[in-house]
Amino acid sequence: MPIIKQKDYKTWKKFDRKRDLQNWLCWFLGTLIFSFCFGLISSKTIWFYVFDSHNEALDLLGRMFPPETNYFLTLIKPIWDTLNIATIGTTIGTLIAIPLAFLSANNTTPSKKFLRPLALFCIVSSRSINSVIWALLLVAVVGPGVLAGIIAIGLRSIGFCGKLLYEAIEEIDENQIEAIEATGANKAQIMTFGIVPQILPAFTSISIYRWDINIREATVVGLVGAGGIGIELDAQIGDLAWAKVSVILLVIVVAVVFSEWITAKIRRFIL
Amino acid sequence: MNDKKVIWKRKPLIKNRLLRIGLILLISTYLLSVFLTTEIDWQRILEGIPRGKNFIFAFFPPDFITRSDEILAGIFESLWMTIVATIVGILISIPVSLGAAKNIAPKFVYFLSRGVITLSRSFQEVILAIFFVKLMGFGPFAGMVTLSLSTIGFFAKLLSEDIEDINKSQAEAIKSTGSNWFQWVNYGVQPQVMPRFIGLSLYRLDINFRESAVIGIVGGGGIGSTLNTAFDRYEFETAAAVLIVIISIVMIVEYTSSHLRKLIK
Repeated sequence: MPIIKQKDYKTWKKFDRKRDLQNWLCWFLGTLIFSFCFGLISSKTIWFYVFDSHNEALDLLGRMFPPETNYFLTLIKPIWDTLNIATIGTTIGTLIAIPLAFLSANNTTPSKKFLRPLALFCIVSSRSINSVIWALLLVAVVGPGVLAGIIAIGLRSIGFCGKLLYEAIEEIDENQIEAIEATGANKAQIMTFGIVPQILPAFTSISIYRWDINIREATVVGLVGAGGIGIELDAQIGDLAWAKVSVILLVIVVAVVFSEWITAKIRRFIL
Repeated sequence: MNDKKVIWKRKPLIKNRLLRIGLILLISTYLLSVFLTTEIDWQRILEGIPRGKNFIFAFFPPDFITRSDEILAGIFESLWMTIVATIVGILISIPVSLGAAKNIAPKFVYFLSRGVITLSRSFQEVILAIFFVKLMGFGPFAGMVTLSLSTIGFFAKLLSEDIEDINKSQAEAIKSTGSNWFQWVNYGVQPQVMPRFIGLSLYRLDINFRESAVIGIVGGGGIGSTLNTAFDRYEFETAAAVLIVIISIVMIVEYTSSHLRKLIK
């Protein structure tokens, strides 16, 4: 941090001249990239609609208010379905993620050359396809309904849980395993008494965290027909029944806040 | 000593026996009620299996060529959208995250900012996109607005947690020099959260690109629109190509961003 001498006093600056210049250049390049990208977007935008959007928004809010409260009763079944999609989907996802995580962790994988890359590929491809796209594919295969949603959420959860879990497995304490090994335990016993107790806390917190995310995801898989509250949302938007849509949105906010509260509680209780 | 064999058993996970049995009962009733209330149409699934097989085989071989210019245009649009949305989202998140840090903000601002974060986190990108497409018309602008708004919930939440963890004495040292509030934030808080800030930005860039593939399905522009058009035209070979392109780009982005994050750490 240089001190710069002016004529009759000293002053302090955070960076010296070279660093200042570098920072300035980075900002310049960043702004340039930003304006270039924004220009491209703006060339594809009909600005009239954008500038008019506040009128449209006010109009929409007017139609949404007051919410049609007695519509809530018909929502109970979809809410239950959404909850089930998230819960069962998370369970399936974590159950499949466990063997995949053991196959892809460096210290437990049986074959580094063949099985590990394969397992890693499964994890990455499950992560990179959004649950809505999974649902889109599955609705075509198993038909619209809750089952497609459950499988979609499950498939999507594999990657997330698998990745975090195999990182947890790679970080375990080798001494404990050696201690179990010294008692003459076989491979399966090492697994159950040496590795599992060490990753159990990580496993619980990962699955709870994923459940929280899945509640959110389960609200949208219905938009493409895969069950849950999303089906209602899609139908009511299609009917332009905005007073009902606002009820659904309220329900979603409450559900998400509730699930966040519950996960925080469970986490504090377990860990 | 008696001559009975001593057997060691692993301690049960939950010590309280009542709680253990209660939990098992609770879970099994839940599973049973799910099974009873969920209508699964086995007929439809049996029908669906050959149909699904045909469907999956329709994806082969992936056709990159016929619609290559549309795929390219979609990818570039997604990229522009992602970059602009991430930057705009982060710029909005900075004041929100300062407001959502307990140790900096007054009570009133704290609750306001937390409310903004919760609201932004509760709605999936797709739901937000439906509304913004309705308000602003089809195209990448609506997608960009959606992505930047959902960036706030993620970014401000994690950044504000980091701000709450800062070293107080450093911040106090700056304050004791007689700095005003902005100088205090700039010299006392910002350097402490910078590593996390950069890491989060890269991570969010990666997420936004992934999400941009979905919001196109509801009209938000980008590669998702290309995918949706391909589905609507029953050009499954093209759809397969788009999916493969999405997966490989996500992989590349993920590896570079995780590599960069490690480098910065």
